Amino acid sequence: MKGNLKTLTNGIIKENPTFVLLLGMCPLLGTTTSALNGMAMGLATTFVLVCSNTVISSLKRFIPDKIRIPAFIVVIATFVSLVEMNMKAYAPALYESLGLFIPLIVVNCVVLGRAEAFAAKNKIFPSLLDGLGMGLGFTLGLTLLGSVRELFGTGKIFSLNIYPEEYGSLIFVLAPGAFIALGYLIAIISKIRNRV
Amino acid sequence: MKSSLINMFLSLTCICIVSGALLAYVNEVTQEPIRKTQEIKLENSIREVVPGFDNLPTEEMYKVGIAEKDTVFVYPAKQNGKIIGTAIETASKNGFNGEIRILVGLDETGKIINYAVLSHSETPGLGDKINIWFKTNKNNQSILGKDLSKKILAVSKDGGEVDAITASTITSRAFLQAVNKAYVAYSGAKVDSTTQATSTPDAQTDATTQATSAPDTQTDSTTQATNK
Repeated sequence: MKGNLKTLTNGIIKENPTFVLLLGMCPLLGTTTSALNGMAMGLATTFVLVCSNTVISSLKRFIPDKIRIPAFIVVIATFVSLVEMNMKAYAPALYESLGLFIPLIVVNCVVLGRAEAFAAKNKIFPSLLDGLGMGLGFTLGLTLLGSVRELFGTGKIFSLNIYPEEYGSLIFVLAPGAFIALGYLIAIISKIRNRV
Repeated sequence: MKSSLINMFLSLTCICIVSGALLAYVNEVTQEPIRKTQEIKLENSIREVVPGFDNLPTEEMYKVGIAEKDTVFVYPAKQNGKIIGTAIETASKNGFNGEIRILVGLDETGKIINYAVLSHSETPGLGDKINIWFKTNKNNQSILGKDLSKKILAVSKDGGEVDAITASTITSRAFLQAVNKAYVAYSGAKVDSTTQATSTPDAQTDATTQATSAPDTQTDSTTQATNK
């Protein structure tokens, strides 16, 4: 039980995909223009991670080594397409702001990375927990970066006004601001991690 | 597991068949809701840009070709069988990040009632202000109530009278280009239909001028786009 808990928290803190492993940077920089967008993208990725980790872990005995990567990609792409179709049908507003990035979850290195590094070597339940932990860690990173960019860019967090929009600095909403904010966040988090 | 040709073939085939079947099923299930949400969105937008109709504009939709490979969709809005306005769906490919698709509502005299943005991928915080900017009654921002038969719309930088969105001139140009296209389609449609011959010959010539001047604006914004 203790091992399971460790697997779960591993992805959130010790091996956080955003701030420690630095995986999945493309959707991270692209979708975090606001806290809500970041969180939605994180949750979509979490769903894909949990499903793909579980399925790949249960199929690992039947997949020959040489074709494991194509097999993993097919499994992952299937789940991504499912998320995309469902989002289009039941959350059209969300789909409009994230639409372009949803298909890109397929090539998100967090998903394939966990399939290869964890799910292909471990039992089903720990794989599920690892997917959940990594997904939540990724969501946390996206939401944090989204909040910072939204706050400095438009004076809001989750569309709640903190200070008037006129004082916001637009660069944080644009691409360069994503790099700057991410750099500072990683620096701050490394500092805290080193202290602990 | 050791790889051999037969087990590689079998396992990959099985995985593909299962995922293919799953996707086909979900596609079948979600197709209807997806179509519905898109329809509802379009209907709401039409209601927003030409209020007060009692027909089904989406079912009376017809297409108007205004240039090569460029078609706009026209939704006539009627009240008790009489046309009270037209909602026109147009698009411009010259946006900062690709296509801007809008719906423009024109009343029976060709004045702009309202507009709605159907889809765009402009920069958040800058170009995405098109949703409200050209409706806001501030300085020369608003395009509502404008009559395009006299003069096509252009941003003040290009000698027009509409204020462009701050720091988003390319977006503003593309948007106004789409609005102008809507008017070209509107006047063109009017010339076509004999029953709705309310327009004077003058207005018709005007409309032709509009049509010929439209490609100019297009080249203009294309140059802009490459300049950026």
